[in-house]
Amino acid sequence: MQREAALAHTADHPNRRDFIVIAAQAFAGVGAAAALWPFVHSMNPDASTQALASIEVDLAPIKEGQAITVSWRGKPVFIRYRTAEEVEKAKEVKLAELSDPSARNDVLPDKAPATDANRTKKGHESWLILVGICTHLGCIPKGQSLSDSKGEYGGWFCPCHGSHYDTAGRIRKGPAPRNLDVPPYEFTSDTRIKIG
Amino acid sequence: MASHESTYRATTRLGKWMDARLPMARLMHGQFVDFPTPRNINYLWTTGGILTFFLVLQIATGIVLAMHYVPSAAEAFNSVEHIRRNVNYGWLLRNMHAVGGSMFFLAVYIHIARGLYYGSYKAPREVLWILGVVILLLMMATAFMGYSLPWGQMSFWAVTVITNMFSSLDSIIPGLGTRIVQWLWGSYAVSGATLTRFYSLHYLLPFVIVGVVGLHVWALHVVGQNNPTGLDIKTASDSVPMTPHAVMKDAFALSVFVILFAWFVFYLPDYLGHHDNYVEANPLSTPPHIVPEWYFLPYYAILRAIPDKLLGVIAMFASVVILMFAPWLDTSRVRSSKYRPIYKWFFFLLVISVIALGYLGSKPPEGAYVFWARIFTAYYFIHFLVIMPIVGVIETPSNLPRSITESVLGAGGGPVKVKAPAAPETR
Repeated sequence: MQREAALAHTADHPNRRDFIVIAAQAFAGVGAAAALWPFVHSMNPDASTQALASIEVDLAPIKEGQAITVSWRGKPVFIRYRTAEEVEKAKEVKLAELSDPSARNDVLPDKAPATDANRTKKGHESWLILVGICTHLGCIPKGQSLSDSKGEYGGWFCPCHGSHYDTAGRIRKGPAPRNLDVPPYEFTSDTRIKIG
Repeated sequence: MASHESTYRATTRLGKWMDARLPMARLMHGQFVDFPTPRNINYLWTTGGILTFFLVLQIATGIVLAMHYVPSAAEAFNSVEHIRRNVNYGWLLRNMHAVGGSMFFLAVYIHIARGLYYGSYKAPREVLWILGVVILLLMMATAFMGYSLPWGQMSFWAVTVITNMFSSLDSIIPGLGTRIVQWLWGSYAVSGATLTRFYSLHYLLPFVIVGVVGLHVWALHVVGQNNPTGLDIKTASDSVPMTPHAVMKDAFALSVFVILFAWFVFYLPDYLGHHDNYVEANPLSTPPHIVPEWYFLPYYAILRAIPDKLLGVIAMFASVVILMFAPWLDTSRVRSSKYRPIYKWFFFLLVISVIALGYLGSKPPEGAYVFWARIFTAYYFIHFLVIMPIVGVIETPSNLPRSITESVLGAGGGPVKVKAPAAPETR
């Protein structure tokens, strides 16, 4: 009986019951999706992880030509005191030679060109500060230690899948799609920086 | 063919009482005792039983190992060493679990190759085959997460490289890939938060596999087993009861396979692993040469063969998913490659390609290795997308036996009552 009644009201002639059924289904669907969100969101970085958002680093002990790696948000950050020669080499490169023309600097807009000036801070050009994670699949490139292979462009070389970065941390050869990221940082004095 | 008269007779009073309420024994008897099995199946048909054995073994050893393992970035590495050195028989349980994973994959690759050679994916076994590919994907996810748990250098960097694949989505929608990867990690880099969620899922997924294996066996018992001729069971003389015939054959093959397993467990427990995984995870230093476990090497070679990050990731996943489409890509009216004079050679070329990709995946991504990885990757996809559809149409199959019985006993043998058509299926 009920089934016949339902069939009598087709799409052309919806009745009150059709409306109630659709409304109830939609309500249950939205409710289920909303209930799922806490489960999904619980997997995102938690408050204690986000709290580790900034660190201070003393640059005074680093000599010219040396590099150190510090940990910021669980990621390695490369701090390199570049020699005048390395800075000069990075400045000479023409933008057309770069496979990723974007500066990839957190404090600059996406469209900023990948010049050496846009990858460093004005007045502190010899300091290059980068997130030390290969933009391909997340390995740590070699080149921090003096004995490391620095790749064909004198910067870093990722041994996992063969990406070469230059002395401004820009991708020059290999599968990595982007230049090494410049994290947000500022000089709090001439020899101290705050990352994050 | 799977619906046959049950020969189950409850004999005891308890058995009769139960049979009238929950006829579980009747179900088991019908599916695993007098189930009709083709009389000509060869030893390649024993891999299903071997796989079931390893699934149960992995769960059994895993449950006990979980009682001793500590899923935290600080303690995980030490707790695995603790299991190997201090826990009673911990060395045995841990070795069985680690080597068992490798043996599981060895058996599943033989199982898949057998299905591809004898056309076991063709109608009416499409759903059975697709469920099998789903099981393979679940196995890969489970093995990957399990490999992260010892928290050695290889564990850590394998997780880093594989999860970073999702960041390639940044090239479609900027920021999306990064958000997904941070969600997977629960942090801004692989960390203890990543380890604990992988541990949770590593415990869950095997039970999901058990469920899908249940569906796989159900589908198998609806359509019946394939066999080396690819012909259907048509008369009673084409089949034998599963117990004792197939079961004894399974038991023998399993015993031989377990000897290989035991050899690794007792004499070469670390041979299939990587020595760098006995160095504790260090987020600030990547090992010079990252390689996955041997069973993932072919996929890794495909990933690296393609110079574009996103396309490499897509090709890697496609190499598994493409298997699901095999039932429709293969246009041949004959199932078994035994009767396919041209396709047979292409099949062996596919096997060689996969083995070659496995070798190339273990080598650094430079020079001639990359060149050959590209050649074999290309062949892998060409095989499925071009050769399977075209050869099926242009090839003339050789003469098929009229029935399974005839293939075993010769033309005069056996009571062949029904005239079997040359084609095993109607297209």
